[in-house]
Amino acid sequence: MKAPTPEVWLPPVISLVAITAFLEGWLALTAVPGYLMPRPSAVMGALIASGQELLRATLQTALTASAGLLASAVLGGLAAVLLCIHPWIRRAFYPYAVFFQTVPIVAIAPMLVIWFGFGPKAVMASAFIVSVFPIIANTLSGLLSADPALRDLFRIYRAGRLTTLLKLQIPGALPQFLTGLRIASGLAVIGAIVGEFVADTWENGGGIGTAVMIAIKEQRTDKVFAAVLMAALLGLLFFALVNVLSRTAMRRWRLGELSE
Amino acid sequence: MAGSRHPQDTETKPDRGARLSLQGVSRCFNGPAVLDGLDLEIASGEFLALLGPSGCGKSTLLRLIAGLDQPDAGTIERDDPEAALAYVFQDASLMPWRSVLGNVALPLELGGTSRGERDARVAALLDTVGLTDAAHRFPGELSGGMRMRVSLARALVTQPALLLLDEPFAALDEFTRQYLDEHLQQLWLERGMTVVFVTHSISEAVFLADRVIVMSPADGRLVRDFRVDLPRPRLAATRTGIDFTRQVQMLADTLREHSLHA
Repeated sequence: MKAPTPEVWLPPVISLVAITAFLEGWLALTAVPGYLMPRPSAVMGALIASGQELLRATLQTALTASAGLLASAVLGGLAAVLLCIHPWIRRAFYPYAVFFQTVPIVAIAPMLVIWFGFGPKAVMASAFIVSVFPIIANTLSGLLSADPALRDLFRIYRAGRLTTLLKLQIPGALPQFLTGLRIASGLAVIGAIVGEFVADTWENGGGIGTAVMIAIKEQRTDKVFAAVLMAALLGLLFFALVNVLSRTAMRRWRLGELSE
Repeated sequence: MAGSRHPQDTETKPDRGARLSLQGVSRCFNGPAVLDGLDLEIASGEFLALLGPSGCGKSTLLRLIAGLDQPDAGTIERDDPEAALAYVFQDASLMPWRSVLGNVALPLELGGTSRGERDARVAALLDTVGLTDAAHRFPGELSGGMRMRVSLARALVTQPALLLLDEPFAALDEFTRQYLDEHLQQLWLERGMTVVFVTHSISEAVFLADRVIVMSPADGRLVRDFRVDLPRPRLAATRTGIDFTRQVQMLADTLREHSLHA
């Protein structure tokens, strides 16, 4: 991999420094109280002061979000395989898959507490519910869009349904599965944080969402922003990791995409 | 790569080609008949080209012969329905997640050939088509012409008695196309299978085939059954010969006549 040139990294660095400096100066000049809008320096201060606590919380959220994402990948992938078998199965069960997409997670999060109790289990469930649909939908479309010529080829060599599924449809759906996983990775972090808002406490281990809630209750706006920053960075990290994973998995395919 | 022939190998010993008999074959897709009462006899080991403009039903006919589609009326009989058949598509249609080796082995794998025998046969075939060096590369890393050769190798790996090709080289540049035409002729001469080759290129049809069947979009049947008179093997020089040009011209006239009537 080539090292990025200054042309690549300089613009975002300059914009970040400029915007931070502007915010700092503007908030100082207008004397907006810190509990309404903390200055960047105050956020940095909170980040350093509560660094250990926030890092532990972020790690906790990373764990529950990845567990939820893993469940989505496995169960969502399996669901897509079942749905691709026959149009009748799709008609009967696809609406329930869409349910996961449309259900307001905030509204059912209290139910998750009733079912799983306060703590990581409810948080994982929340991450799973929010992230599973993109995996089902994308994988399913991949399974159904196998190259028609290859399908004909399998027919000519008298391959059965199961063989066609295992040797043609499932491997062929890998790119779409990975697209679903990419979308799901960001959603899993959001789902975990929303879950923590409702279904987690500091005593149960608490993640970054719990940290945000507590900071809000303490009216520590600087700490709220510090925690939100950590949450955003975590989402970014997830996205980047899944991107690396898909690039690796698609290395050989990608060459083809580039040459055409 | 060309010329890596082993005439004494059992692997490349000519198979007996399939014999085909089509009688009164009709097919329509919600409209006027694409094929209307078509009769055609194809001899064992014959190289037959189906020639005509787009929409004349030549690809439909090929799919019917392959059993990928069923005729609305008429019969299509092969002397040995169990004999291996292979089909080459317009695009190479390879699996991007499999190496050249894995792609070529697919028909044997689907047919339940044991792993050891599969590997041996694939290796031998890759050698005859000059793809040994590319065995572990992936389709994405290959040029269009190479991909089409892999597709041809995949079709030949089951030693088919009948090879069907649907405008296989149409998307390639002229040089690659002529090279692959010669390569295909060589493989056919070595193996002796029956070939049905769909094309809309008159010169390609004359260069390759023993017999050219001209189809017209208006009729849904054959408008001319033309026997090519050129010695084998046909070489690059054949294309510039007077006999070749004359026969291309005759077929061009036939095609023009029938598209004017349409």
